[in-house]
Amino acid sequence: MRKLFIIFIALISIQITLTNSFSPDNPTDRRILVLVDELALKSSHSVFFDSLQSRGFAIDFKLADDPTISLQRYGQYLYDGLILFSPTTERFGGSLDLAGVLEFVDSGHDLIVAADATASDLIRNTAAECGVDFDEDPSAMVIDHSSYAISESEGDHTLIASDDFIQSDVILGGTKIEAPVLFRGIGHSLNAANSLVLKVLSASPSAYSANTKSKLSNPPSLLGSAISLVSVVQARNNARIMITGSLSMFSNRLLKAGVQKAGSSDKYGKSGNEQFVTELSKWVFHERGHLKAVNVGHHKVGETDEPAMYRINDDLEYSVEMYEWSGKSWEPYVANDVQVQFFLMSPYVLKTLSTDQKGLYYTSFKVPDVYGVFQFKVEYQKLGYTGLSLSKQIPVRPFRHNEYERFITTAFPYYGASFSTMAGFFIFSILYLYHK
Amino acid sequence: MAASEGATESNLRHAFGNVLSFFILLLIGVLAFSIRLFSVIKYESVIHEFDPYFNYRVTQFLTKNGIYDFWNWFDDRTWYPLGRVIGGTVYPGLTLTAGTLWWILNSLNIPLSVETVCVFTAPTFSAIAAWATYLLTKEVKGTGAGLTAAALLAMVPSYISRSVAGSYDNEAVAIFALIFTFYLYIKTLNTGSLLYATLNAIAYFYMVCSWGGYTFIINLIPMHVLLCIVTGRYSSRLYIAYAPLVVLGTLLASLVPVVGFNAVMTSEHFASFLVFIVIHVVALAYYIKGILSPKMFKVAVTLVLAVGLVVCSAVIAVLIAMVASSPTKGWSGRSLSLLDPTYASKYIPIIASVSEHQPPTWPSYFMDINVLAFLVPAGIIACFLPLSDASSFMVLYIVTSVYFSGVMVRLMLVLAPAACIMSGIALSEAFDVFTRSIKCQLPGVSQNSQIDVGDSTSGSVVTQDEVVKTDKTEDSLKERPSKKNKKKERERERENVEKASIKTPIQKRLLVLPLESSVIALLLLVLLGAFYVVHCVWAAAEAYSAPSIVLTSRSHDGLHVFDDFREAYAWLSHNTEVDDKVASWWDYGYQTTAMANRTVIVDNNTWNNTHIATVGTAMSSPEKAAWEIFQSLDVKYVLVVFGGVVGYPSDDINKFLWMVRIGGGVFPHIKEPDYLRDGQYRIDSQATPTMLNCLMYKLSYYRFVETDGKGFDRVRGTEIGKKHFKLTHFEE
Repeated sequence: MRKLFIIFIALISIQITLTNSFSPDNPTDRRILVLVDELALKSSHSVFFDSLQSRGFAIDFKLADDPTISLQRYGQYLYDGLILFSPTTERFGGSLDLAGVLEFVDSGHDLIVAADATASDLIRNTAAECGVDFDEDPSAMVIDHSSYAISESEGDHTLIASDDFIQSDVILGGTKIEAPVLFRGIGHSLNAANSLVLKVLSASPSAYSANTKSKLSNPPSLLGSAISLVSVVQARNNARIMITGSLSMFSNRLLKAGVQKAGSSDKYGKSGNEQFVTELSKWVFHERGHLKAVNVGHHKVGETDEPAMYRINDDLEYSVEMYEWSGKSWEPYVANDVQVQFFLMSPYVLKTLSTDQKGLYYTSFKVPDVYGVFQFKVEYQKLGYTGLSLSKQIPVRPFRHNEYERFITTAFPYYGASFSTMAGFFIFSILYLYHK
Repeated sequence: MAASEGATESNLRHAFGNVLSFFILLLIGVLAFSIRLFSVIKYESVIHEFDPYFNYRVTQFLTKNGIYDFWNWFDDRTWYPLGRVIGGTVYPGLTLTAGTLWWILNSLNIPLSVETVCVFTAPTFSAIAAWATYLLTKEVKGTGAGLTAAALLAMVPSYISRSVAGSYDNEAVAIFALIFTFYLYIKTLNTGSLLYATLNAIAYFYMVCSWGGYTFIINLIPMHVLLCIVTGRYSSRLYIAYAPLVVLGTLLASLVPVVGFNAVMTSEHFASFLVFIVIHVVALAYYIKGILSPKMFKVAVTLVLAVGLVVCSAVIAVLIAMVASSPTKGWSGRSLSLLDPTYASKYIPIIASVSEHQPPTWPSYFMDINVLAFLVPAGIIACFLPLSDASSFMVLYIVTSVYFSGVMVRLMLVLAPAACIMSGIALSEAFDVFTRSIKCQLPGVSQNSQIDVGDSTSGSVVTQDEVVKTDKTEDSLKERPSKKNKKKERERERENVEKASIKTPIQKRLLVLPLESSVIALLLLVLLGAFYVVHCVWAAAEAYSAPSIVLTSRSHDGLHVFDDFREAYAWLSHNTEVDDKVASWWDYGYQTTAMANRTVIVDNNTWNNTHIATVGTAMSSPEKAAWEIFQSLDVKYVLVVFGGVVGYPSDDINKFLWMVRIGGGVFPHIKEPDYLRDGQYRIDSQATPTMLNCLMYKLSYYRFVETDGKGFDRVRGTEIGKKHFKLTHFEE
């Protein structure tokens, strides 16, 4: 009885760890650390945080220079996600530093970085490590004289209304964002060497990045739609990062504000910010766009067991089940572009998998007439989804000595020749030896 | 009455002689076996070097899975990702032999491990090879020469180097097969028996199973046949010795998967078929000559010559066209480098890179066959007195093998039996002459047959004592080979030779030399033999017994043993995943698969030059490029061997130029001059930037400077050029 009890406790604790942290079975983040410059941000951005909390996240607010900050204890990460809403911080408190943040991402955790016009070198460097370069000029802001948001005070056109979203339902959700997103902050460009970083919200072609106070003496370094307002990165380990140059776009004020884009007669009672940041945070924290593949299997046609080795020219069937995380449960993933490669240095077979619409993908093909150590490879990289990279090694052997055809029709003349020669020699010998 | 008495005496003498030779042969076998055990005594009972590890692994597979699985074995742990069809690319003779031995021992309830059987296969077979040498030499020049040759072969250093306990390689059984095939050929030639001819084909089959060197047999025997035909020595015995060998031998050879159609397709076998045609033409000519009158025969000859020339030239033209159309002229690379010694270094760096494919130096002759080198010419002369079919074969054998050994140091091994047989003949003849001269001139001995008989009986009484004595010598030799024993050994040697010479039938005209010079010459010969024995024991104990996976070094505070190789492999097998791929230079491939049980990219079976070149290119590329290459091969670990700390000279830095050459042979962006400063290979501060940035340099010298603060490489005897650097794409 006591034993059972202990096992029960153990089970519970396992379950707790399973549900409370990022795991393959439940990819959604659970515990988020928010670093802020001042705790007032907690209330000024409460709508955003409330939406996170209502979705089940445990949020931990800390001042960026709090000496007790630590991301991990005993080698285990305490948080699954990190939100840096502390643009002015020059040094993090506690043991955290830039390398610590990068290591956090390298071990597969998610990150949101928001800067603004006062962004410190630390934040800029963090962004730069993720492939995003903020405008070098510390006092520059994104200015747009044609698609600014019309507001009560005709300002310096730094409050931009942008609706140039990335075309991806996975990242921004299924419902279209109708209203433009209000943005006030610094722009950034994408590092051309980084192929993983994506523009989610771009500035309009008429935007530029410059200091609002001083007169423009030489052409601005960042211009037009090369300016990215919000970017995301999905690393190779499926860690997701969101970087924006505007902390205020998360603020209650802009979330609630009405918006009218200059030169447009459409007037919206509420800006698109709330929908935008909510949907984007769902993506960043793996509530959407997370795939898993299970039950990778292959077997000969007509058999069910997985062999240790195939023979050349065998017919085989390959199947894999793919599911998408909906935020609460795994739903079958439906697509028609999943391909499998039968790979030895280069793909010998490349086939698109058929699907039964319930998550099962399957195909069958003939092993090529080449022996060696092959791999079944599924490399599925699709915009917004986590990358799936499955490979399963399988050797392919040549024929055994007794698997060749024993008698070949085309060789019958040769069989005839050898047997008739033998018979002839036999008769000849008898005649030669015993005929007088 | 006197005649019959003489006959019984001579029967008795023969009986004594046979018993004596039996014991001598037994002792030679024991000697051959025990002289090869130094490696086990000095180190331990392990498999040596590189190739034996592969053979060992194959044998393990064979004993575990049976012969059919072995035959069809597709090995997915080597040559990743290509894999290797072991059953079809390996000479199965050695493996099957050891596997059979193991099976027999186990069915006799002698539970030896596979490793033990493998370790002791080579010494066992060298004993058998010594007996085969006895048989062969006996066929050529009689029992005395046979015993001498067998004793010489039992301890010739060249053969010891390939057959010490643990050296579990093809050559271990192949030399026996080679000698035994030659013996059966000579036996057939001497007897004309079809039984021996069939046995000969089977022995040839065993040789084909065992070693690629079988092409030597299938070229040497046709050469000899041709020689006999040209010198007018054609006989039906020659036909019986040759024709069945070609037909049966070729059929049997093509049954070996690794040879297969090569037995009829490649130029190495071409000579045997040509001579096969020639011998039939000659046989036909002799037959026709027998049934036709001389005049008719002359007419027939002119007719046949006229028609035959036309046909022959047509056939030859077609053949030449076919052969010339293939780029290598139908020869394999190794054979071509035999015919043209500069071929490999020009075109196939992978063959030239192997040290045993280099031409030998003069000292290596003295090291490997020692005094035999001086005795061989005498043996050749002895073979010409008188020249028989058998002795002409031996002359041909020694001449060709001397040439081949001059091309490739590895083929010294083929020379060794020939040199032993020749020296055996020479020594035996010399003793024969000297002892006879002494015997004729001893006071109180007259030149009649009775005394001769009496003398020889007393001789055999003496030799019986000696047998006991030599027995003791053998035992003590086995227990502890020290200098004291060598003296006795020397005596034994002399006695062997003397005994042999006594039994040689004295039929020739007596050549009487002065007594004093005979005695002195005898003493000198004995001294020569003594030198040989001393040298052989030294070579076996010191030079050829190192297993090369365990290194030793002597320093002021005693003997140091480095077991780094096995430690590295053990690390791999304990700390890496089963399916991880390990990249290393091909030397270490066999050992990695056998000892660490990890998949390797390339190994010592150099069948795919491109694959090796890929690894060579990766090793000589900068880190990023190398990482990409290794990534494409799914490599997780890179193994490099570096001896700069302990002074182990055959490490990867010293082999590196070959990697560059082999890599550059396939991928032209790797250029050898980039790695050389003014034609010199150096790793110090004068080294080229390409050299200092290549993966091999970085992996070898990563954190090397931390060992002594200066980065002094004890192998190259210099400080390294680039000391503090970080690895960007690899981790230690």
